[in-house]
Amino acid sequence: MAILLGRQSRIVVQGLTGSAGTFHAQKCLEYGTPLVSGVTPGRGGTTHLGLPVFDTVAEAVARTQADVSLIFVPAPGAKDAAMEALDAGIDLVIVITEGIPVLDMARVKAALGRARAAGRNVHLIGPNCPGVITPGEAKAGIMPAAIHRPGPIGVISRSGTLTYEAVHQLSQQGFGQSTVIGVGGDPIIGTSFVELLDLFEKDPKTSAVVLIGEIGGSAEEEAAGFFKTKMTKPVFSFIAGRTAPPGRRMGHAGAIIEGGSGAYPAKAKALRDCGVTVIENLSELGHTVAQALKGRHIASPEGVKPIAVSVHQSESQ
Amino acid sequence: MKLLEYEAKSLLQGRGIPTPLQGGVVRRLQDITPALKRAGKGPWVLKAQVLAGGRGKAGGVKIVKSPAEAKVALKGLLGLKLKTHQTGGAALTIREVLVESAAKIEKEFYFSIVVDRREGMAAVIVSSQGGVEIESTAQESPEAILKLSFDPDAGLPDFKARRLGFFLGLSVDRIPAFVSFAKSCAKLFCELDLSLLEVNPLALTPKGLAALDAKVVLDDNALYRHADYQKKADPEASAAEREAKKAGLSYIGLDGDIGCLVNGAGLAMATMDTIALAGGRPANFLDVGGSADEKRVIEAFRIILRDSKVRGILVNIFGGIVKCDMIAAGLLKAMARVKLKIPLVVRLEGTNVEEAKKMLSNSGLGLVPADGLWDAAKKIVELAKGS
Repeated sequence: MAILLGRQSRIVVQGLTGSAGTFHAQKCLEYGTPLVSGVTPGRGGTTHLGLPVFDTVAEAVARTQADVSLIFVPAPGAKDAAMEALDAGIDLVIVITEGIPVLDMARVKAALGRARAAGRNVHLIGPNCPGVITPGEAKAGIMPAAIHRPGPIGVISRSGTLTYEAVHQLSQQGFGQSTVIGVGGDPIIGTSFVELLDLFEKDPKTSAVVLIGEIGGSAEEEAAGFFKTKMTKPVFSFIAGRTAPPGRRMGHAGAIIEGGSGAYPAKAKALRDCGVTVIENLSELGHTVAQALKGRHIASPEGVKPIAVSVHQSESQ
Repeated sequence: MKLLEYEAKSLLQGRGIPTPLQGGVVRRLQDITPALKRAGKGPWVLKAQVLAGGRGKAGGVKIVKSPAEAKVALKGLLGLKLKTHQTGGAALTIREVLVESAAKIEKEFYFSIVVDRREGMAAVIVSSQGGVEIESTAQESPEAILKLSFDPDAGLPDFKARRLGFFLGLSVDRIPAFVSFAKSCAKLFCELDLSLLEVNPLALTPKGLAALDAKVVLDDNALYRHADYQKKADPEASAAEREAKKAGLSYIGLDGDIGCLVNGAGLAMATMDTIALAGGRPANFLDVGGSADEKRVIEAFRIILRDSKVRGILVNIFGGIVKCDMIAAGLLKAMARVKLKIPLVVRLEGTNVEEAKKMLSNSGLGLVPADGLWDAAKKIVELAKGS
């Protein structure tokens, strides 16, 4: 395991029996992901995709020792689903759902704050995100498995397909990924870039981090500050939206330049000033990372054929 | 979705939040007399109802002392094209004018409630510098601003409202009215799922506090639980943007000439950025969504082509769960339906990309395949120049 998710995780899927839940849980199972149960109120006692289904998360935790929840519940019920998972003692809650009212997320965030204040080491990823994958171990999300390779690069991103693009380029360059996390495209998200950078910094399996940001908010600026004071591992960043007009939501609810803040130049400058490599041309992301990491010590992934390491070594020899 | 000032003020009034006496909105010259009557004794203010700040400086707000003056001012306002520093160079045509009584202002404050992204909570922001944009106050005199966050379920507690009031330097006898104002605004904010409620200026008048201006932004994600607004057309969206929304596409028109069709919002932005790096200008943002099926692709082409500026189209799809060959099949069917007269560059990547590329090159439809996003961007920029 790199960070958050690994082969020892025990994952319950909330909304397993719905169409999105069924489709993506099936793909997760095909990847070898340790899904242990599902929750759909009213469907308790049945089985779906070979997994036991419970009416409540509390029951799923008691009966199947679930410690991760993957949520596909539609937006109107997503707040409640996330709060139920937190209440049941789940310490990693991954919310895929798109379109959750912003103040509902504020309510979830307050519940998350209370759980942390009580001493729990709990993370909520998302909402409106592709999920989390630790290549070669577990995939809890909707990302295409085939583009990922086990390896030393941690990836965190506010976007979906843009992350796949970045991951694909890294894999093509021979650099696999330790864990890839979509933090979500909404204004309020559970876990910030900063918290994840901290986890990657402490993770022996991660040698470098790719951070994919976009316009809106100040997550990139905060990440830059953290990098400068607390990180030793290199960080590479791409920020989408330098051509986005102000005042318009660019697809993601959180991707908006408001009152002059959240625009590209300030983010790129903050990251550069703090020593992060900012990549302007997306097509050069994989190549830039590969060039920069050439000759550096790269942590070896466990258990699976270390693609990144072999390519890296052949290059440096 | 933003509301116009008069819509926002009617929300405030519905909650007992004081505003100047409202004469209502007028759209025709002959409606001015009853509106003035409703707004009480003069002088009055006539305010252009457009979705942009900075109306006063741009000439969209007039103070009038007599009905005759009001008529002249209204005549000048209706149909006027208003350009403010917030309209991004574009001019908004004034079709509606709000009539209200002109308040006697003793002091002006800034008041707003926002979603504090960093804290993950709602927050009230006040400043003693009213009538000024909060961004400039934040830069020039940040000490004049106080921001206090609150849990939307618990509401704004009295002690925080009091603290905000004292920060503004209100006298003790004014504090209860301010607390009531702030709490009512916070309640409105949470109950209606707002993203922004801004009262700037909040004025101290001889009659007490009054919201002289009001700006309300609704959370689009929460419209489903507010029936009144669910069907309301977004006044800022263009016809093409509204049509796209109906088709489940996320589209924003821009002023360049290269249309983009992309799956995923982040990748769509990055595609626009790449076009710009290659020396072109994107004509739109378009996220065709996670399942880029044939129907959506056809609809996306139609919407892009509504824009007569478009001289070339770049399709950039990262096939993940949806495989590239499926997308290519959808593209080809869409191409057969939409007879395209401008260059089309297609960049596909991901699962089954080789099969997809073969399908496209064997189609004889004249689309240009690209290897990678950079290649695609350079190709479309070059081809669009010639078309």
